[in-house]
Amino acid sequence: MNIGVGLPTSTSGISGQLLVDWAKRADAGPFSSLGVVDRVAYQNYEPFTALAAAAAVTQRVRLATMVVIAPLRNTAILAKQAASVHALSDGRFTLGLAVGARGEDYAVSGIDSRGRGRRFGEQLEAIRDIWEEGTIGPTPTSAGPQVLVGGSSGEALARMARYSDGYMHGGGPARAFAGAAAKAAAAWSDLGRPGRPIVWGMGYFALGDGNADAGAQYLRHYYAFTGPFAEKIAAANLTSPGAITDFIRGYEDAGCDELVLFPTASSIDQVDRLAEVIG
Amino acid sequence: MRYAVIGGGPSGLYFALLAKKANPSDEVLVVERNPPDATFGWGVVFSEETLGALRDADYETFTEIGESFARWNAIDIYYRDTMVRSRGHVFTGISRKLLLNILQRRCRALGVRLEFEREVRDVAELEGADLIVGADGINGLVRRAYGEFFKPQIATHPTKYVWFGSDLPLDAFTFIFRRNADGLFQVHAYPFDARTCTFIVECPEDAWRRAGLESASEAQSIAYCEALFQPELRGRRLMSNRSLWVNFLTLRQESWHHGKVVLLGDAAHTAHFSIGSGTKLAMEDSIALVDALRRHEDLGAALNDYEMERQPIVERFQEAALESSSYFEHVSRYAQFDPRQFAFNLLTRSRRITYINLTQRDPELIRTVDSWFAAAATGSPDGAVRLSPPPMFTPLRIGELTIPNRAVVTAGPDLDAAASQGAGLVITEFVSVTEDGRITPETPVIDRARQEMLRQAVERIHQTGSRVALQLGHAGRRGSMQPRSRGVDRPLREGGWRLIAASPIAYTPHSALPKEVTPRDIAHVIKVFAAAAQAAAGCWFDALELNFAHGYLVAGFISPLTNRRTDEYGGSLENRMRFPLEIVDAVRASWERPLLVRISASDWADGGMDLDESVAIAALLRTHRCDLIHVVMGQTVWESRPDYRRLFGVPASDRIRNEAGIPTIATGNITTSDDVNTILAAGRADLCVLELTTIGTTPR
Repeated sequence: MNIGVGLPTSTSGISGQLLVDWAKRADAGPFSSLGVVDRVAYQNYEPFTALAAAAAVTQRVRLATMVVIAPLRNTAILAKQAASVHALSDGRFTLGLAVGARGEDYAVSGIDSRGRGRRFGEQLEAIRDIWEEGTIGPTPTSAGPQVLVGGSSGEALARMARYSDGYMHGGGPARAFAGAAAKAAAAWSDLGRPGRPIVWGMGYFALGDGNADAGAQYLRHYYAFTGPFAEKIAAANLTSPGAITDFIRGYEDAGCDELVLFPTASSIDQVDRLAEVIG
Repeated sequence: MRYAVIGGGPSGLYFALLAKKANPSDEVLVVERNPPDATFGWGVVFSEETLGALRDADYETFTEIGESFARWNAIDIYYRDTMVRSRGHVFTGISRKLLLNILQRRCRALGVRLEFEREVRDVAELEGADLIVGADGINGLVRRAYGEFFKPQIATHPTKYVWFGSDLPLDAFTFIFRRNADGLFQVHAYPFDARTCTFIVECPEDAWRRAGLESASEAQSIAYCEALFQPELRGRRLMSNRSLWVNFLTLRQESWHHGKVVLLGDAAHTAHFSIGSGTKLAMEDSIALVDALRRHEDLGAALNDYEMERQPIVERFQEAALESSSYFEHVSRYAQFDPRQFAFNLLTRSRRITYINLTQRDPELIRTVDSWFAAAATGSPDGAVRLSPPPMFTPLRIGELTIPNRAVVTAGPDLDAAASQGAGLVITEFVSVTEDGRITPETPVIDRARQEMLRQAVERIHQTGSRVALQLGHAGRRGSMQPRSRGVDRPLREGGWRLIAASPIAYTPHSALPKEVTPRDIAHVIKVFAAAAQAAAGCWFDALELNFAHGYLVAGFISPLTNRRTDEYGGSLENRMRFPLEIVDAVRASWERPLLVRISASDWADGGMDLDESVAIAALLRTHRCDLIHVVMGQTVWESRPDYRRLFGVPASDRIRNEAGIPTIATGNITTSDDVNTILAAGRADLCVLELTTIGTTPR
């Protein structure tokens, strides 16, 4: 299993310089990927823009959106942005897509959230054709970015199996990941795809004195839309080296291909502390 | 800390005594509206695991409970004038009244304040407490007061049931099934001491009405049930205790706490009585809550932790309870089963117990089931063989054909690779009856060159001992797509071909609009199916499978979502089945060997086909001499609501097999031989498609 680290684009008080420094350290460290999240009505960096900056200062790590809320974007522009980050990073880009869960992101974008599942399906059906067809460049030299799809409903899994390369899980204990990955594999097989889907997982961490509280506070705020569930997400934040290694072991046993750990505290030392834990 | 507990049932009292014991300086108050000695219901059941938890949580009450236990390890199943006993299931039961007495005594000894006959009308009465515990049941005050935060969902089960007691001495958990003129009635009975048992009677609502129980008094209900179960009661009587016929309610809630209020037991969640876990889950809640309160300084963190620990466990029990209750609601489906298969099916109803679990608990029963299964499969005398293979490795006979084992593999392009897996039956990839019926440019067509290749492949497969079926289909509106290694249902951008379908509706937003099938097209497709069947015979295939599923051409006629025709091929089910049955008849004219048909048992979409209709379809196919239904799900339309949980196609296979009376192949994320053996022995299918690629075990 590969282990990646999240780029802190959504924690509080992050400067552009810190993001660039973070990306450099991740590229120099034991990580295989850098992930970014996507929100609109939130104080975070736009994911493609942040990854473009990361692409400029890294040589090695895979760059991944985890996940971009696809129906908020025009499909041609979405395909173009993805192709651009893919070209900027010399083919290191993974495009994670989903419908997203927050109504307010749709509201501030002026986009109706009703029917978003169907629209997302149409986007997935089209996006590879756009890359392959060649009018909207930069046309990828090979197959184009890896596309992964998130979401837990049966509809989401069917879209994943139809059109993408695999499944991007939204976080939770290893047991929950294993259950979701088994369903993803079942959908893949049911739709007659050869082989099995690639599966990515994610988790949250905060290391070092005082960072646990900051981390919990950030998660409560970020997931406030889930109501009381936000407390549970905050409580599951990985705040010790032991908790992180247990979490990693659980995901590895569950067959995860790539696990990306996202910081919940804003200081640059978080990437180094995590590097120390995973060696 | 000051705790106020509303409800003096097992969970409320147990929480109170554990909390007081953990911190004797805390104030703990339990408020109960009834007097201390009033109790409703008879006995409660615990598993070994629960007893272990009770022992660790409070040894004093555990010892007292242990002295009053009834302990047994058998399940008796009375059905069709026979009784099957299964051993190895350890249960303990105790009188609910005795349990409450023990808990009350222990509470008093520890200094818990108990206030009986006090009805709390407003949670604010207990405002002075630091934590208010709602242990007052499914209709309790606390749950209702904070409903907007707990977000309850309540599902009403369709059957009627009633709790009786009886002086019948039992030494087993006892299920009794009895049919009379009114309908099928069943009993769930279990002992709680040497002399007394709980005796629950359950029946479908229509049987309950026919029996006049709707308007019957308690005495009349008892008289009716005593007469009905007279052979098993052996002259003993039934006793009432506010015994009313009701429907079971399953309660699920998003959250079990809000601020300083928390729920326990039935106030938080319920699970159908047929898995006997209500009191167990409630008392385990109490233990978990007290533990969480000890671990955390912060009340909010403790309540979160409690909920995070308990919710996944409760959800698993609720899922098992749902499977179990659904079994009892549809049990008349299995009325023709041999008693051994009936017993195995009942024991494995909730999916928590499988073939392997039963092998460990009761090897004798499994030997009996294996032996019966093998004898029935091979036509040898029942009970003659003591050493039988498990069901998965028992042959299946269809007409002249013997399939050596019950595992099915559906092949990709590499038929030899599929055949090397050892499955009894290999089904080829989709082979099209015409050029225009291909799914992708890579889809094989049954032309002369292909026939020669297939003939050689069949010969190689026969040498491995497996049998092989040719899968024939016409893609209809799902044709002219890119190869599936690049995704599924991605239309070809160039080099595509003309599509036909029952009605002119495109499969995906970007795929080509199909032309509506004309009578000439129908005649042509029937002709090419028949010709392909003849070719299959020439290739020495053992069986033929017609793909009438997954939204391909013929499936498009069957589903009302995709068939808007106004001619004799559209409208009623009879009309929508006309074209499929014409194909079957034409194929049957030149194909005498086993004929399989693959159907989507549900469209997974509003206005589409459901399981009721698929049972009728399977019955029609049976009358047209189809031998076996390969049951798959969905893909009729591009946007649907699939469900990919473990064994997702098995309930449909179960219904079709046992209601339409035709053998089936089950599908749907079946990944282990234990699953296969369980499905076969329980009579839910005759063959299983086994998925050999699972995440977590196989390198990509």
